[in-house]
Amino acid sequence: MAKYKNYVVAQSLEEAYALNAKKSSVIVAGNMWLRMCGLNKQTAIDLSALGLDRIEETEDAFVIGSMAVLRSLETHEALNAAFGGVFRDALAPIVGTQFRNTATVGGSVYSRFGFSDVSALLLALHAQVLLYKRGAVSLSDYQKETWDRDIITHIRIPKGQRAAVRSVRVSETDIPVLVCAASVSGEGLRLVLGARPARAQIVAEHLAPDCGEETFEEIAAKTAFGGNLRASEAYRRKIAPVLMMRAAKACREVAQK
Amino acid sequence: MNIEFVLNGRRVSAAADADDSLYKVLRGLGMYSVKCGCETTNCGLCTVHMDGRAVLSCSVPAARCAGHEITTLEGMQEEARRLGACLAGEGAEQCGYCAPGLMMNVFALAKENPHATDAEIDAFLAGNLCRCSGYVSQRKAIKTYLGMVCGEVRA
Ligand SMILES: Cc1cc2nc3c(=O)[nH]c(=O)nc-3n(C[C@H](O)[C@H](O)[C@H](O)COP(=O)(O)OP(=O)(O)OC[C@H]3O[C@@H](n4cnc5c(N)ncnc54)[C@H](O)[C@@H]3O)c2cc1C
Ligand code: FES
Ligand code: FES
Repeated sequence: MAKYKNYVVAQSLEEAYALNAKKSSVIVAGNMWLRMCGLNKQTAIDLSALGLDRIEETEDAFVIGSMAVLRSLETHEALNAAFGGVFRDALAPIVGTQFRNTATVGGSVYSRFGFSDVSALLLALHAQVLLYKRGAVSLSDYQKETWDRDIITHIRIPKGQRAAVRSVRVSETDIPVLVCAASVSGEGLRLVLGARPARAQIVAEHLAPDCGEETFEEIAAKTAFGGNLRASEAYRRKIAPVLMMRAAKACREVAQK
Repeated sequence: MNIEFVLNGRRVSAAADADDSLYKVLRGLGMYSVKCGCETTNCGLCTVHMDGRAVLSCSVPAARCAGHEITTLEGMQEEARRLGACLAGEGAEQCGYCAPGLMMNVFALAKENPHATDAEIDAFLAGNLCRCSGYVSQRKAIKTYLGMVCGEVRA
């Protein structure tokens, strides 16, 4: 279990950033993952007093504070109405309601877990990561980076898109064997595959929303998959086209509503 | 460090290390209804309410609770009796170890969605594992309890 000597509830982002500059410090968000990591740190930096748990709607986007818990995204009416109810559907399989009352969107995005439903969905939705020092970075770039010491303040999701997520799990609340997130926007259909089991990745974009089955077969043939305890490389490769087809179909249906 | 918070309606103060969990502090304060099963956020045994929301006390840092309201089953005895009677009536428990965590999450469900359908009950309680009784009789008992909460008879 994680060990901390001091626990500081940061009173400003500047204070949190300065403390986090030291390698002996760590940001604590939901603490759900962190506490299991066996870290030994001098200072735990708690972001919970910075008002970063809000979900705000602007004219052209939703801006979600990094400390917003997954359940608040799942139950936020305007957010779900704007994107075809996808947060309600895609986040519900993650462990349990109590878990999602604490695990945060910032902790999910920062961690870039290969199995993350959250990263796959946000990647499909053209999300941007707003960092305290570096400013806005596209999530597709952020996903490729290694972990740095900047602080995620918000996630920005542009309006004008609809999305759907389909996943396969060995048992209901387990991490996914494979996850596909699809979105339809003015730029066409975007497909993201996560839990390959590597980090979520955009596998196709600018597709016609009603593209045929052979397109999904072609995408799967070009995508790298791997095997682990949950499923083999061959199994993932086999189910990927079906999952993409289902996610794309669900996405078309919500886009027509 | 010393943490002050409201526990079951009473202001309390507790000594805690920087890396202590809320679970540990609650047990230290004699809240023995709060159980620890997995310690990896998977089983739901350690469920308590923080400012009215169900959370897993094994993973919430105790230090984060300063100034917040924490409720355990000890603070909900009347409701516990009502739900406990429903669970007993359906034979929905064997060892009973999962019951306090399950009950705390059922209370959260009753507040948020007392008219929950079977599928909604299952989804809401998916993070509460029971290794003895099976979930069918639990769901029946929970439906009876939710019916009592909203004054309806539910089959
Ligand atoms: C048992 C278990 C099962 C899970 N199953 C799933 C699943 O099925 N699907 C899924 O999508 N996810 C799953 N997750 C991951 C979960 O959804 C969260 O992504 C994870 O718990 C991290 O979020 P957190 O808020 O708990 O972050 P923490 O554990 O507090 O932090 C995680 C990391 O992010 C850093 N960090 C946090 N916030 C910031 C910030 N604002 N700026 C910079 N760095 C930051 C921390 O320093 C730490 O390194 C699972 C996690 C667990 C523990
Ligand atoms: S002990 Fe907390 S979830 Fe299992
Ligand atoms: S009754 Fe034994 S774990 Fe649920």
